[in-house]
Amino acid sequence: MNYSEYISLILLLPLAGFVLLGLFGKKLFKQSSGMIGVLVLLISTVLSLYTAYQYFFVNGKLNDVYQTIIPVKYTWLQFASGTSIDMGITLDPIAVMMLVVVTFVSLMVHIFSLGYMKGEKRFSTYYSFLSLFTFSMLGLVVASNIFQIYIFWELVGISSYLLIGFYFDRPSAVAASKKAFIITRFADLCFLIGILILAFEGGTLDFNTLIHRLTDTQSSQYISITTASFLGVSVLTWALTLVFIGGAGKSAMFPLHVWLPDAMEGPTPVSALIHAATMVVAGVYLVARLFPVFSINEASLYIVTWIGAISAILAAIVACTQTDIKRVLAYSTMSQIGYMMFALGVAHLGGESGLGYTASMFHLFTHAFFKSLLFLCAGAVIHLIHSNEMNDMGGLRKYMPVTHITFLVACLAIAGVPPLSGFFSKEEVLLAAFHSNKLIYGIALFTSGLTAFYMFRLYFSIFWNKSKSLDTHAHEGTFSMKLPLIVLSICTLLAGFIPFGNFISSDGKNLELPFLLNFSIAPVLFALTGIVVAMRMYKKENNLPHRVAASLGGLYKAAYRKFYIDEIYLFITKKIIFNLIGRPAAWIDKNIVDGTMNGIAYGTGKVSHWIKGIQSGKVQGYALYFFSGIIVLAILVIYFWK
Amino acid sequence: MNLNLIIIIPLLTSIAVLFCKGLKQVRMISLIGAAIQLILSFVLLYAYWQERAAGNTSTFIFEYNVAWYAPLHINYHIGIDGISMAMILLTSFIVLTGVLVSWKMPARTSGGEMLSKEFFFLLLFLGVGAYGFFISLDLFTLFFFLELAVIPKFLLIGIWGSGKKEYSAMKLALMLMGGSALVFVGLAGLFFNTNTGDGTHTFDILQIAQMHIPVEVQKLFFPFAFIGFGVFGALFPFHTWVPDGHSSAPTAASMFLAGISMKLGGYGCLRVATFLMPDAAHYYSWIIIVVSCIAILYGAFATMMQTDLKYINAYSSVSHCGFVLLGIGILTQTALVGAVMQMVSHGLMTALFFACIGMIYDRTHTRQMSELGGLLKVMPFISTTFVIAGLCSLGLPGFSGFVAEVTVFMGSWEQTDVFYKIATIVACASIVVTAVYILRTIGKAILGPLEKNQYSLLKDAGWHEKWAASLLIIGIVAIGVVPFWLNHLIGPGAETIMSNIKNVTIIK
Repeated sequence: MNYSEYISLILLLPLAGFVLLGLFGKKLFKQSSGMIGVLVLLISTVLSLYTAYQYFFVNGKLNDVYQTIIPVKYTWLQFASGTSIDMGITLDPIAVMMLVVVTFVSLMVHIFSLGYMKGEKRFSTYYSFLSLFTFSMLGLVVASNIFQIYIFWELVGISSYLLIGFYFDRPSAVAASKKAFIITRFADLCFLIGILILAFEGGTLDFNTLIHRLTDTQSSQYISITTASFLGVSVLTWALTLVFIGGAGKSAMFPLHVWLPDAMEGPTPVSALIHAATMVVAGVYLVARLFPVFSINEASLYIVTWIGAISAILAAIVACTQTDIKRVLAYSTMSQIGYMMFALGVAHLGGESGLGYTASMFHLFTHAFFKSLLFLCAGAVIHLIHSNEMNDMGGLRKYMPVTHITFLVACLAIAGVPPLSGFFSKEEVLLAAFHSNKLIYGIALFTSGLTAFYMFRLYFSIFWNKSKSLDTHAHEGTFSMKLPLIVLSICTLLAGFIPFGNFISSDGKNLELPFLLNFSIAPVLFALTGIVVAMRMYKKENNLPHRVAASLGGLYKAAYRKFYIDEIYLFITKKIIFNLIGRPAAWIDKNIVDGTMNGIAYGTGKVSHWIKGIQSGKVQGYALYFFSGIIVLAILVIYFWK
Repeated sequence: MNLNLIIIIPLLTSIAVLFCKGLKQVRMISLIGAAIQLILSFVLLYAYWQERAAGNTSTFIFEYNVAWYAPLHINYHIGIDGISMAMILLTSFIVLTGVLVSWKMPARTSGGEMLSKEFFFLLLFLGVGAYGFFISLDLFTLFFFLELAVIPKFLLIGIWGSGKKEYSAMKLALMLMGGSALVFVGLAGLFFNTNTGDGTHTFDILQIAQMHIPVEVQKLFFPFAFIGFGVFGALFPFHTWVPDGHSSAPTAASMFLAGISMKLGGYGCLRVATFLMPDAAHYYSWIIIVVSCIAILYGAFATMMQTDLKYINAYSSVSHCGFVLLGIGILTQTALVGAVMQMVSHGLMTALFFACIGMIYDRTHTRQMSELGGLLKVMPFISTTFVIAGLCSLGLPGFSGFVAEVTVFMGSWEQTDVFYKIATIVACASIVVTAVYILRTIGKAILGPLEKNQYSLLKDAGWHEKWAASLLIIGIVAIGVVPFWLNHLIGPGAETIMSNIKNVTIIK
């Protein structure tokens, strides 16, 4: 089959699902909307897998280099200057990989939700939102035009908003959804300005043309964008930094990460889909999509690297102190995305130096599986316990064996224990960092130890530790909840063995991923240390955690309070923006601008009141005015008549 | 197709209403008339495209020209281009939905009477003024219709309004009249400086556009015309009638006010001021940009602090209408297209917003945010519509607002000067502030726990309200998802105006 014959269906089916369930779900398919959603996604997933097979194994390559194929493209909005916003579908290695990841994880979440959301009043609304999200995310990954990516970028943002605030009668959920949208909106503003700069300098919005023009050192566009500068920084750096801020907002990078932990107010399967596997990696994807342009600009790559590294370690530290299991996972997500970011940052275009690029995508790929698995397991636990707090859990391994085993698999993977998938991808990330920047490598290594610690802290606290006496009938969810766990854990076990460099590399050529046994020793040791420490502290109930926390003192408290970043935000928004800008603006409008208008009206009224007296209706008065007028005129005439 | 129908049918409808008895007859006739207007505007759109497809490249088509008062060279000259066509479509949408929203006529006069006949008459008559305004090609005729649309507003607010309605009605009427006075000075100034070749003057827009009015004259009269129309279009700092006027007006009147009346201003700025006085438009361009950027951001920040739903929407209208004037001020073809798109988009969107606010007010009898909450639970349809209007307002892709704003941004970024870039960035910044106040409003009024227990008994939208909201949403989505048709429609019209402006730069 030709791509153009079916490829649009991958996107349009979820869209149709959204429209159908959104408009008629409540009335027509109250019960069946879940099955409709699953069916739609199943078809999309099959088509995506077929596309991946076609692309990677049949016809994606030309002269051993993966090509960019654009099977579908329509002009959406044509501007008078000649540029246009197009809607298209791009197939290149990363887009195809993301197609598979998004549809597959989404399918798993759709299936899981059948059980998890059962009995929910707005069941069909939930599925329609999920479909909307899937559609938007797919549109984002296949975008052929930088504005198309922005459009779908906003759409995933709103789907995320709708789903975080799904339990809309909880004020905390409403606040969280609002926060998520507004912070990412701020980032999107920077993204938009970045797009405008790139579009203006490149003279096009089309990704391929844009990348081609801006990386060709002979082209006039390249010369203009690299030589022009604003406030002493080259325009290219400005543009890329702004675009990166957009990506950082969506990907919850420091300091725009504060929305992600709060976003856990949404239903847990949603967190698995949006806030673990797909939407939050959009920022990484964006940088990867523009990577050829990023790679010619050292300054912006530097920013990407350091923001990634800082986010990775900061989030890992905070994750060690949180007690809400979803929040731990949220910080862990942020930390892992930090890995992907700095892996991109240390990479360069082509050959061995492009290792970071491949590593980043590899980590994105494996992370999608084990992190969504972790969230779904957490969802299963929450479904049983009806609480997110670690303290309410313990000893659950007896009640939920499937969840226990799959969670363990995911924990081992994220900790980087061989031979699970996380080990391989993290290994490549560390290797890339090692080759380019030792300090980043050190941070990453330390973070991987922390990762192992907090994940196993979670694992032992939930499934071991003090045993909770639950109702003996307590058991895991339905088959629909177990199936995705099992499937995802199989993926987690096996995904690492994929020779990823054969498929994705910075220049589209084959890249043999190096595997050095000596190099693996340090990371694995760090991981094992983390696991052992966590086991010592949390496997059995003891007061060690408290003692450790007390001995760390201020550091523990700062980490527990998430380094007070939320408070800083609150200060800026509430105190500065509301009180120093909003309130004065409203006051000025009411009193000064409108006051002037009212003042004019008042003045007019006064004047007319005053001159009203002249028209008294008394003939004597009029005669008086008349004669005085004549006298005045006469004087004037006599005086000036010379 | 005879363009006169666009005026005659609304006029007949409004007159027919006067002969009806009782609310039932009145609203039935109004509905039928408004529906015919909507159909007619689509027929006109079809005919317009047919004509274009047949190769008619003249700037205005379906022209009709007859002397009205020959001694003063006043002609009744009408015709449409793509821009007028878009505005006619908008007007017909608003008229129909306004009638539907007023179906139950909940707004009574202070005396408690219904006066439904008069209410519908005035609404429909306002429509007549707007239709006439958008198709006029003669300055005097245009002015005539502009005035025709002002008086009904005064009465609609003064009689059926709420709150401090006398104050608001007076304020609105006086400010708009003041605007009209300025417009008139501008038009008269233009008129006396035209020269048709045989020593006579003309009011004809097409003829004036061909002439070159002396630059000094343009510089003198451009501010009159622009500010005059700008008052209608919420030009900073002449926007203060907007919040008071909207909040006191009955629902349908608010919809008309925001959906149609404010567009008269934008259209006038474009068609009269910029089109006929291109040199001055260049000369004053930077002032327009500065002022509209202030309106955009300042309006948005002022909105953040409002607590009354209608005030929120009114202030956000100030902010959104800033985009119209910004698009006009930037003077690139893309930005002009964006300005017109923003007019259409804002018209549909605010009408939807006001309709929702009206529906909520009819049920809860409050518009204060602090007294609302959790409405999604009891009235899902109205709440969903409210959310859609909000999302359109914050520029979500898929709705019309995004398309319009992006077109303005792209258009302004085409100008190479740094000044324009900074202006664009300032305008862009409003998307964040807009998100803040929209989500704050939605979060408080629509989501969250139910504020008062008695709200749980409230009923969701009736059929007429559902129809009204659905029509507006269809319009918004039709622009947002497939914008190219509107782009194709407006493009040539904007090109005509641009060609006038470009000539100037060449002469300079």
